[in-house]
Amino acid sequence: MTDTDASAQDVPAAGPAGPADPPTVPAIGLDGVAKEFHSRGETVTAVRGIDLAIRTGEFFSMLGPSGCGKTTTMRMIAGFEEPTRGTVRLDGRDVTAAPPNKRDVNMVFQSYALFPHMSVFENVAFGLRRKSVPRDQITRQVGEMLEIVDLTGREQRRPRELSGGQQQRVALARALVNHPKALLLDEPLGALDLKLRQAMQVELKRIQREVGITFVYVTHDQNEALTMSDRIAVMNDGVIEQLGPPRDIYEHPATRFVAGFIGTSNLLAGSLARVTGGQGVIEVSPDERIIVRAGRSELTVGQEVELTVRPEKIELAAGPGPAGGCALRGTVTEVVYLGTSTSFSVHTTTGADVVVFQQNSASADTPVGRGDEVWLTWDPQHSYPIG
Amino acid sequence: MSAVVTAPASAGTGQAPRGAPRRRRWTRFVLPAYSWLIIAYLVFPIAVMILYSFNKVTTGLPQVSFAWNGFTTQWYQQWKDIPQLTSSFWLSIRLALAATIVATALGTLLALALVRYRPPQLRGKGFLEQVMFLNIAAPEIVMGASLLGLFVTINVARGFLTLLLAHVAFSIAYVAITVRARMAGFDRSLEEAAQDLGANAWVTFRKITLPLIMPGVMAGALMAFALSIDDFVTSNFVSGAAVPFPVWVYGATRIGIPPQVFVFGSAIFAVGILCALASIVVARRQT
Ligand SMILES: Nc1ncnc2c1ncn2[C@@H]1O[C@H](COP(=O)(O)OP(=O)(O)OP(=O)(O)O)[C@@H](O)[C@H]1O
Ligand SMILES: [Mg+2]
Repeated sequence: MTDTDASAQDVPAAGPAGPADPPTVPAIGLDGVAKEFHSRGETVTAVRGIDLAIRTGEFFSMLGPSGCGKTTTMRMIAGFEEPTRGTVRLDGRDVTAAPPNKRDVNMVFQSYALFPHMSVFENVAFGLRRKSVPRDQITRQVGEMLEIVDLTGREQRRPRELSGGQQQRVALARALVNHPKALLLDEPLGALDLKLRQAMQVELKRIQREVGITFVYVTHDQNEALTMSDRIAVMNDGVIEQLGPPRDIYEHPATRFVAGFIGTSNLLAGSLARVTGGQGVIEVSPDERIIVRAGRSELTVGQEVELTVRPEKIELAAGPGPAGGCALRGTVTEVVYLGTSTSFSVHTTTGADVVVFQQNSASADTPVGRGDEVWLTWDPQHSYPIG
Repeated sequence: MSAVVTAPASAGTGQAPRGAPRRRRWTRFVLPAYSWLIIAYLVFPIAVMILYSFNKVTTGLPQVSFAWNGFTTQWYQQWKDIPQLTSSFWLSIRLALAATIVATALGTLLALALVRYRPPQLRGKGFLEQVMFLNIAAPEIVMGASLLGLFVTINVARGFLTLLLAHVAFSIAYVAITVRARMAGFDRSLEEAAQDLGANAWVTFRKITLPLIMPGVMAGALMAFALSIDDFVTSNFVSGAAVPFPVWVYGATRIGIPPQVFVFGSAIFAVGILCALASIVVARRQT
């Protein structure tokens, strides 16, 4: 907001993006950005403090539960809200106080916000007309953009004469035709049904590859974020809990919140009986053990650890398996057929309930049913300490 | 109601279904007939006026008589034979146009302020709304008399300007309320989208906000025009030497109304009908 700001870091460096980051200027940089709303004497902190460096050309998602501050963050990037603290940079330039029409980013609104009194053509041409682009160029560029989003021939329609998916694509074309530095999409597929949603996900990815523009994508659908993004920021209560590529987020959830929010995760806990070679062992019984590898911090004997294991990494077995692997005994409490896989809920001897996904293959093993005694085994590399 | 619907169903097969429609056949004319009666009640005086604008005058004086003396278009041919009437008519037209333009602009801005802002930015919003409704509800005679008092006190010569000020004053609230009704449910993200695409505040207003609230603005303008063109009470207080049409007609009734008054009245009505038709056509085309 002002230059007498609390945020000390003035370096637009990669920050949370990781050490492998190339030392280029990020397309979008947020430094200690926070936003408080004041309504009826109360102060609502929507964003507590976010540092972010979004790279040029990347498909970046913000994922989080309702009310965690995704929209607010995006509106601060677009210029509709002024941060209470912190700095917003586009291509290294400080735009914190610039109005939306002075920022080279465009937004696709959740409600699309198509101008109802204008044709599809005029909607898409709106941004170009503001920049006084010559007439013939407007016609050409709008035509090209409508072709990309597959709406050629519908130029003269009014927005209400289009289907939801078509309106969505007009909104996309209207933003993209300006070739912004970055495109901000606030739950752009939220209003579409599942089939159309999936088709549009593929479509969006294709368009992003074609135009090569940075996409910042807000969603609370984890599958959408996992399948489409280059990197994901998982947000909760106004802060970023974890930032990284989808695989990292999914396989190595950094916090209990991320583990719970992304996919199904099994939480296990215990105290370490032995630590050898960077591996800690929780002894449950002579045959049962959970092995954890050291994560960010060193492991010590007697330490209480919490860890997560993804359901698809666990095998249902007849015995405890080799001594170097994790093994737990339990009773099957529920079997749910899910088409390509089956989900088993197992009540283990540690007292924890564990979910296991098994692929349904043609050569089905002896079926496991409710009440059966089973062994759960998994490779120690799939135990992730959190905290 | 429900008894009428359910009783035949439980009564059995043959009779019941025939019974219900018969009863409906009876009553389904009531509301339409009622509507047409109301319309007749409203239109009848206007029809009389139009009819008598074609009435011959048998006495030597050019005065409307309310006996039918035969059809003539004489008064339409001699419509501007009474210079004072004609000039008062044109004064009313000029006044109504000016008042409409000013009141529509001011009223629209007031509506925008009332919809957009809440107390921290717009202090006394509730008070503002109260004053607006008071302005509509207050008897015109009070407003006319107090305006006259004001103009005399601050020593402003009564004429076109005082008429304009008075007409704008009583029209603003109507425009504001009409426009505000149109603004309800206005999607603010449309304006944000325009800004996002590079439009500044003025372009956003001209290209997005104004076109979308235009039907409300037009309705407000029509109302302001209608209020102004036939205003008598306030105008009578503040007119001074400039005599608008209604004031002149009122003055004329004491000696007898010339038939040209009916000609002007019919013309105003015809223009009103045309405006109404035009607005219907525009509304059809937009949806
Ligand atoms: N204009 C505002 N005035 C007051 N509080 C606001 C305002 N905008 C947002 N908030 C509050 O800020 C918090 C974050 O809102 P935000 O819209 O950013 O959430 P979100 O992550 O986009 O949620 P969703 O997934 O539901 O869209 C919420 O608690 C919300 O109530
Ligand atoms: Mg949101």
